Amino acid sequence: MSYRPSFAERTFDTVNLFLLLAACATVLLPFLFILASSLSEPGAIIRGEVTFWPRGFTLEYYRTALNNEMFWRAFGVTLFIVGAGTALNMGMTVITAYPLSKQGLRGKHVLLMMIVFTIIFHAPMIPLYLVVKSFGLLNTVWSMIVPLALNAFYLLICLTFFRGLPEELFEAARVDGMSEYAILWKIALPLSKPIVMTLSLFYAVDHWNNYFVALLYINDYELRPLQLYLFNLIAQFNMNETLSNAIEANTMLSPQGLQMATILVATVPILLVYPFIQKHFVKGALIGSLKE
Amino acid sequence: MGSSATGIRPSSVRKALNPASERRRRASYWKRNAPFYLLLVPGVLYFLVFRYVPLLGSVIAFQDYNIYEGFWRSEWVGFKWFEQFFAFAHFRRLLWNTLAISFLQLLFAFPAPIMLAILLNELRNMAMRRFIQTVVYIPHFLSWVIVGGFGYMLLSPQVGLINHLIRAIGFDPVFFLQEPGWFRPIIVTSAIWKEMGWNAIIFLAAIAGISPTLYEASRIDGAGRWRQLLHVTVPGIMPAIMILFLLKIGQILDVGFEQIYVFLNPVTYSVGDIIDTYAYREGVLKGQYGMTTAIGLFKSIVGFALLIIANRVSRLTTGERLI
Repeated sequence: MSYRPSFAERTFDTVNLFLLLAACATVLLPFLFILASSLSEPGAIIRGEVTFWPRGFTLEYYRTALNNEMFWRAFGVTLFIVGAGTALNMGMTVITAYPLSKQGLRGKHVLLMMIVFTIIFHAPMIPLYLVVKSFGLLNTVWSMIVPLALNAFYLLICLTFFRGLPEELFEAARVDGMSEYAILWKIALPLSKPIVMTLSLFYAVDHWNNYFVALLYINDYELRPLQLYLFNLIAQFNMNETLSNAIEANTMLSPQGLQMATILVATVPILLVYPFIQKHFVKGALIGSLKE
Repeated sequence: MGSSATGIRPSSVRKALNPASERRRRASYWKRNAPFYLLLVPGVLYFLVFRYVPLLGSVIAFQDYNIYEGFWRSEWVGFKWFEQFFAFAHFRRLLWNTLAISFLQLLFAFPAPIMLAILLNELRNMAMRRFIQTVVYIPHFLSWVIVGGFGYMLLSPQVGLINHLIRAIGFDPVFFLQEPGWFRPIIVTSAIWKEMGWNAIIFLAAIAGISPTLYEASRIDGAGRWRQLLHVTVPGIMPAIMILFLLKIGQILDVGFEQIYVFLNPVTYSVGDIIDTYAYREGVLKGQYGMTTAIGLFKSIVGFALLIIANRVSRLTTGERLI
């Protein structure tokens, strides 16, 4: 069928595209502004001459940001939390979801109810804080990992996936004398690669971005993860913005330039992996949105 | 796994008829399923220790909690904290701020991804569509600290881009983050900026699930694009909208600590201090455990009740339900 769009339809399409491109611009322009500022001379930043193109090119902010020992320390803490935390998360999620996906396991429904209940009813902040404290986890990296070892919602997603695996396969392995652990490890897990990938990525991003747990449990400067380091950096400079500008306007660095450079450096890892993980995330979000 | 069919009568009848085979059957069930129960141990321990113990620990809301005595020996004070905070000027402000921000989010941030998904769906150029989707998902992967940093940079009265523009058209710079009147708009805008793209995924999936025959039928009936959107697409994603709306209602007192805390400062406490930020400041930093737990418990109970009520109302009116 030859199809000629009417004037109304073409208007509709144009307005639509315009709106969507505007949405893209609101995402991209802040990046561009901050990138341009982080490459501009302090005077130009403070006089407000920088828009989307650097004025008086300098890499000094990046040099300073990257030469900061505290930055790398915080970065290391975050890498550890993301690595160890995600590994623990996935281990716990799989071994908990797998048995619960088995038909006819006694007590399963009670356990599921218990888990769902924690999603809809949260204990207040202080009692959890006191539990973490009583285990002596305060001011250790474990306080940012162990209390977050399982996410009930991700657990349910994993469980739903396991339910879809063909039980005949497991039965056959059982007949061949394989232990249940071997079946989980050698048959169920390889079949579950998509869900394991997706949930690992969800957990990893959650760990990477979390600053709340660190704010609660960490006092020691050496143990601050990256997000808390950035939080302190931003809060500290903004508290005395006027003051610091008066002092540093004449030097090579402006605090804002340094903040912007640090923020961008801390954003780079996620932007680098983003293209590779995007398809998994979308798939995961869809799996997560399916109702049982 | 037929052994698991444990209707009460058949098994009790079997038991009475043949106790020996019943014992064997039970033994074989445990033997076969022991590995599963063993696997469950760490997960169950986790939920008990980090979810249920804190729930029981909420009894400190009824105690004059003393860190040295622990909750076994702290003095019971009944509803003292609850009575105190209902009468407490701060509490009304906290509740009001929490509700106001939540309501604004529901009004503006909730529909945004729905509209985005609909617009994206109407875009016929697939390459363009993929590009736009890729871009609008990005902010979801930035932490609230980074988004807050972006906010500070853009809104700063001295170096901020927005204030450059305001100055360029001849006005005085605005101290956005120091001004109570701007706090809530900033919170809502930043929430939309960060999550609009990501939240649109679910609605895009819902749209993809609408049967194409519905569109064809409406086209034959003479519906243009706009009519199709209104009469096919929107009703088609209504169930998804309802479910997510229910979830939001349950979280009405959970405004998102991470976001608020990044933007909050003493000047904006009057409009931005919410239950969670207050609990963190007074509870964790100043050690007011009993009082802030009472407030937190109030919050959890209200959230839970709202979810249950909303779920029931929705089940009766639209047939959509969460639980």
